[in-house]
Amino acid sequence: MSTRDQILNAIRANKPAVTTAPLSPAGQLTIYDDPVAKFTATLESIGGKVEWINKLDTVKEIVHAEQAKGLMVADLLGGHLQESGAYFADKPADFLKDIQLSCLQAVIGVAENVAVWIPESAMGNRLIPFICQHLIIILQKDKIVSTMHQAYEQINTFEEGFGVFLAGPSKTADIEQSLVIGAHGARSLRVFLLDQEG
Amino acid sequence: MKPVPHARAAGNFIKDEERTNWHDDTLWFVREKRDKAAHGIAEWELLREWASQIKNHTLSCLDEYLLNFEKQAIANGVKIHWAADAAAHNQIIYSIIKEQKISRIVKSKSMLTEECGLNEFLHQQGIDTVDTDLGERIVQFRDEPPSHIVLPAIHLKKQDVSETFHIHLGTQKGNNDPQYLTEAARGHLREKFIASELAITGVNFAVAETGGFVVCTNEGNADMGAHAARIHIACMGFEKIIPRTADLAVFLRLLARSATGQPITTYSSHFLKPRAGQELHIVIVDNGRSRQLGRADFRNSLKCIRCAACFNTCPVYRRSGGHSYHTAVAGPIGSILNPNLDMKANADLPFASTLCGSCSNVCPVKIDIHEQLWKWRQELAKEGYVAGSKKAGMKGMAFVLARPGLYRFSGRMARWFLRHLSFLFKSKKLNPWYRQREMPAAPKHSFRNWYLKNKKK
Repeated sequence: MSTRDQILNAIRANKPAVTTAPLSPAGQLTIYDDPVAKFTATLESIGGKVEWINKLDTVKEIVHAEQAKGLMVADLLGGHLQESGAYFADKPADFLKDIQLSCLQAVIGVAENVAVWIPESAMGNRLIPFICQHLIIILQKDKIVSTMHQAYEQINTFEEGFGVFLAGPSKTADIEQSLVIGAHGARSLRVFLLDQEG
Repeated sequence: MKPVPHARAAGNFIKDEERTNWHDDTLWFVREKRDKAAHGIAEWELLREWASQIKNHTLSCLDEYLLNFEKQAIANGVKIHWAADAAAHNQIIYSIIKEQKISRIVKSKSMLTEECGLNEFLHQQGIDTVDTDLGERIVQFRDEPPSHIVLPAIHLKKQDVSETFHIHLGTQKGNNDPQYLTEAARGHLREKFIASELAITGVNFAVAETGGFVVCTNEGNADMGAHAARIHIACMGFEKIIPRTADLAVFLRLLARSATGQPITTYSSHFLKPRAGQELHIVIVDNGRSRQLGRADFRNSLKCIRCAACFNTCPVYRRSGGHSYHTAVAGPIGSILNPNLDMKANADLPFASTLCGSCSNVCPVKIDIHEQLWKWRQELAKEGYVAGSKKAGMKGMAFVLARPGLYRFSGRMARWFLRHLSFLFKSKKLNPWYRQREMPAAPKHSFRNWYLKNKKK
């Protein structure tokens, strides 16, 4: 008998009597009156700041300023997604390590914990949200939901090969519980809330 | 080799009183952050109950969920391996390394690989792995195991880290600034990520309906490794399975709040398929879990999501340090998991508790940890793994307590001895209780005498 079958048989022999899966206690879960305000407050509580924009021009200016300094930017916003995505798709880590700034569009944001969902199709390359020195996330304000329960109802985890809920910049407190921002991933995260379709 | 028992190791740990107090306070601070985060969620208790029921249900249909997970994962292009025990787990990984002629390996935090002794095993084969979680890298440099499953270097002070980094990374001697030290590790580990051929990660949750799995980190080290290397191996105990994607909402809301008091970890990465040109392997490990599943009193220890809330709240863990537990998973939960792995070697652990119940109260999946600790004590006594002196003491106590006349006589004797021959009680050899405590002043009369005299008033 294969190891697999041995393990499965041992589980069958030893598992407890079947209990039913619990129902979702919908109606008893938090819904914020103003999820955008909650999102803003939560981000501030972990050291971030929400910035409001009407269109993507503000971000474009930041991108151009970095590029003018000769720094590499992975701009995957709006019309750039297809072209930049294709450009970065098969680049190795040794190349991507020099990315100064990545700009990504999130699909959804969660008010209770400021996690934003970024699927692989919005990244170009799976390393891009992680290997860059700094990260900018664009989120439409009407895409902010109250809790993780609502978030999972709206995203698709069956199709794309990878996706991440990302909340804040990379951090560690492994040295004497002192919080240090910028462990292995991005050193900073700016979240721009878009008032309308950019 | 029999490890140093918890009580003796703890005795060494508390010799440095200042450091013991610091360790105690640091972990209590984390516990307080957990409380604050939990109280911020109106439906917190509802979430705990919900999570507990999902886990109960999953354990009761575990074979079906595992089969479905396997089917979906294979359809997603993932290679699935099954390992009966630690040796098989290590061998599977070693075979992949040999076959693909790999020499550069990065690892993110996985308590399962600690449980299986993967690093030591590979080292014996002449293969070195680089732990990439900052805390794990620190203890790896020092040739120590992690002392806590979430905060691996919580037993160290920044001076210790500074000395370690000075030796291994050439940082300035005496520069204890956490920012500076972290920056040094960032630079060092970036090189390792970029050069890596194989990334080994753990699994926080494996979703049966999609065949995908979620890995949670704050540092981003699991992602840096997994997306840079051409091969990714994820290792999971089979109890990591949950039925549906929607269940992730429940567990992700509980996990980081219980662990560190954060609303969620910085990265909750959802892996479903290998990226183009990459190999993705999942090793599903039993290593005693199916045996634990068959122990009705202890099976729900398999509900654990490894948040370590029970560590941070435990008065014994906080004052004895993780290394005193001599196992990969320390603390209260480790003390109910490890006797299953090796009853003889870990017979001391269920006694490393006051049975105060705080662990059960903070557990996000409602494991009855303190009750299981108590049940393990009975099980171990039955199996003959309790020291003769402890057993004799308990039997003597039971004998006396069952005989009121003898009990009153003993009390009288004890009070007399305490007053007139107190040196007997103050001999640390004769009276282990005195080692860390003062003896009370003995009253002339017992409570019973006082009560009989006063009840008529």
